[in-house]
Amino acid sequence: MAEDQKKLQEFRAEVSAWMKANKPADPGFLLPQTFMEVGTEELLDFLRQWQRKVYDAGYIGMTWPIEYGGQELPAIYQKIADEEMSNHRVPIIFNVIGLGWAGPLILKDGTDKEKQKYLKRILTAEDIWCQGFSEPDHGSDLGNAQVSAVREGDEYIINGSKIWTTFGNYSKYMILLARTNTEVEKKYHGLSFFLSPMDVPGITTTPIKKITGEYGFTETFFDNARIPASCMMGEEGDGWKVAMQTLQFERSAEGGQATQYLATSVTMDDLLESAKTYTRDGKPLLEDPIVRDNLVKFLIEEKALGLSSAREKIPALCTDYPFSLPLSFKLRITEYARSMRQYGISLQGAKGGLYVGDADAVEGGFWQRSYFNSFSATIGGGTSQIQANIIGQTILGLPKS
Amino acid sequence: MTREMNYAMSFSDEQAMIMKAAKEFCRKKSPISSVREWIETDTGFDARLWDEMVELGWPGATIPEEFDGIGLELGSVISIAESMGRYMLSTPFFSITLAAQAILRAGTPAQKKNWLPKIADGTIATIALLDNADWGSADITCSAVEKDGKLVLTGTKWFVDDAGVAEFFVVVTKYQNAPALVIVTREQLAENACVRQTLIDETKRSFKVDFSGVKVDKSELLDPTATESTLRDLELIGALLVAAEATGSATAALDAIVDYLKTRKQFGRLIGSYQALKHPTVEVLNQTENARSFVYHASTIIGDGSLDADMEIACRMAKAQATEALLFAGDRAIQFHGGMGFTYECDAQLYIRRAQWSQQQFGDAYHHRKRLAPLLLD
Repeated sequence: MAEDQKKLQEFRAEVSAWMKANKPADPGFLLPQTFMEVGTEELLDFLRQWQRKVYDAGYIGMTWPIEYGGQELPAIYQKIADEEMSNHRVPIIFNVIGLGWAGPLILKDGTDKEKQKYLKRILTAEDIWCQGFSEPDHGSDLGNAQVSAVREGDEYIINGSKIWTTFGNYSKYMILLARTNTEVEKKYHGLSFFLSPMDVPGITTTPIKKITGEYGFTETFFDNARIPASCMMGEEGDGWKVAMQTLQFERSAEGGQATQYLATSVTMDDLLESAKTYTRDGKPLLEDPIVRDNLVKFLIEEKALGLSSAREKIPALCTDYPFSLPLSFKLRITEYARSMRQYGISLQGAKGGLYVGDADAVEGGFWQRSYFNSFSATIGGGTSQIQANIIGQTILGLPKS
Repeated sequence: MTREMNYAMSFSDEQAMIMKAAKEFCRKKSPISSVREWIETDTGFDARLWDEMVELGWPGATIPEEFDGIGLELGSVISIAESMGRYMLSTPFFSITLAAQAILRAGTPAQKKNWLPKIADGTIATIALLDNADWGSADITCSAVEKDGKLVLTGTKWFVDDAGVAEFFVVVTKYQNAPALVIVTREQLAENACVRQTLIDETKRSFKVDFSGVKVDKSELLDPTATESTLRDLELIGALLVAAEATGSATAALDAIVDYLKTRKQFGRLIGSYQALKHPTVEVLNQTENARSFVYHASTIIGDGSLDADMEIACRMAKAQATEALLFAGDRAIQFHGGMGFTYECDAQLYIRRAQWSQQQFGDAYHHRKRLAPLLLD
């Protein structure tokens, strides 16, 4: 045991030294905090090279089998590598849908052929993956997906459109949820799941300009696009089951991700730094009693969220409203993140009004953009208002709205 | 850098047992109809019920066995406070727990031997902390001077809980220019020394107590070297007890809201189906759950020794969070009961009155956040 601990410590030191030595110099453009912010070829090339470099150093996909590009190491090694990436605030590992969702899915349920074909190229960033779940008319109502897939010989003909496709315009493959049967009684039973190529005629993408002014998503159109029948995962009608398994990986409810270093986070330390740096009435904000009170309020909420995670593991301490903690977590953490970023901007004084592109903007406008992007989490995956309905109805037993 | 956070959370079998027993006891013995009857009494509680609590060993829960107590860790009894809050059961439990903690932490061996077994046996004791209405004031106006080998006290203490029934008092005074703790018995008080304050929370009893002219033996002075840290500990433990109680009361307020939202119809619909009522109710739930997490975290790490910085943070956060949660819950409970909520008959008033009282006890939310700031930010 002591020997293991020592080995892990050495490994941590090794990763830390490598990150320190290899952290890229400022590229002259703002790096993304999440994978939903990759809007230019220039940025894409930069992140692709960075992922390749980290992979070559051995710090991505460490738990995956050797024959598919991994090292078959225990999960703790990847966890340490991820932590060190976060500590050094290196650029994110961007190929998230491949590394974190599609990859683990293929590894768990895919055929040998699929594993050979897809996995290593996910790790090296040669193949970028995207996800085709949401549709323009069915935001969070996944089971109601209407993009159709009709079998014809060895192919399926796909029609319809998907939305919020991150990397839609850069991807080689899409994990696609489509309807192969419209006759079933329950809408879920008519769905199938495909590892669909993106480079076939009939698939086009239109970038969506976000509130940040950048492009990070596309709308994806299928106009009689023909994809091989062999790229279906599982059987016809298994789509809902496979999609739910994918969401397990997406929500980190199940392990197997090639890395979890997917976003750089904004922390309370950053807020504290701003409060020390910027002034009000000529004095550091940190001396202002109202600023101090607000910072403490955020720290109380941050600690409450951490304690929630600790308490939900002890059922005897959750007897009043079982499951209220896990079910409320998404609502609470995303709202916390949003309001904390908004407050962070307010601490910049008049500079809070500057945006990405202005030479005087604080950290290149990092906070302003981060605040805008935080809405992706309070809206995506079921808006905060829908979450409140779900909690009210399932935890408190209130009548449906 | 902000301070590294402590997220410890654990639960012993002992704590589980006490929590279950306390909840059952309070649920059975303290229906709201009884709570309303006790409001009408002088003492605010039922003496027979107090005897049952003594039988269960609650007053002596944290007193070591050598002094006839049960010898549990302080963290184990916090859930008793939560259950009492949940069923709005007010008793001298907080008063005696704090008096016992004062003597445990700063009492001389002789004082411990004399007073602790009495508390364990159900004798009611209380502490007299405040000299005015400001929990943040360092000014102690109640003073003691030595005369003929005895201490003579001068001054009035505010908000002395359960003073009407207390057999003895642990009093904060100023002696030789430093804070001092001294034990005063009921017989030593002048006639009419205790004047009941009309509290907004009618389930509670608190008094102004004039200690002027009281003469006590110097042997009743607690250890001066332990006084400063004990005073600090008492205010934090008091804050935690109130936080636990408030968490319980917020849960009761939430239950009352939810019951009404599920049964009351307006415009042909159950009012709980309206998001304008549903979403704030979910916020009450989340705020209350936060409070509960802080209370259990504090119970996990608090020990019998002097409180360290992590424990101080835990108690202060628990107090700041729990009483704000109860204030919000009680406020919304009135509003969401509509016209009924405006009546004395509706239980919602019990919760908002409790909230107004709790938020001030041992310092309000801002008082604690102000003291958290240097611990977390500087």
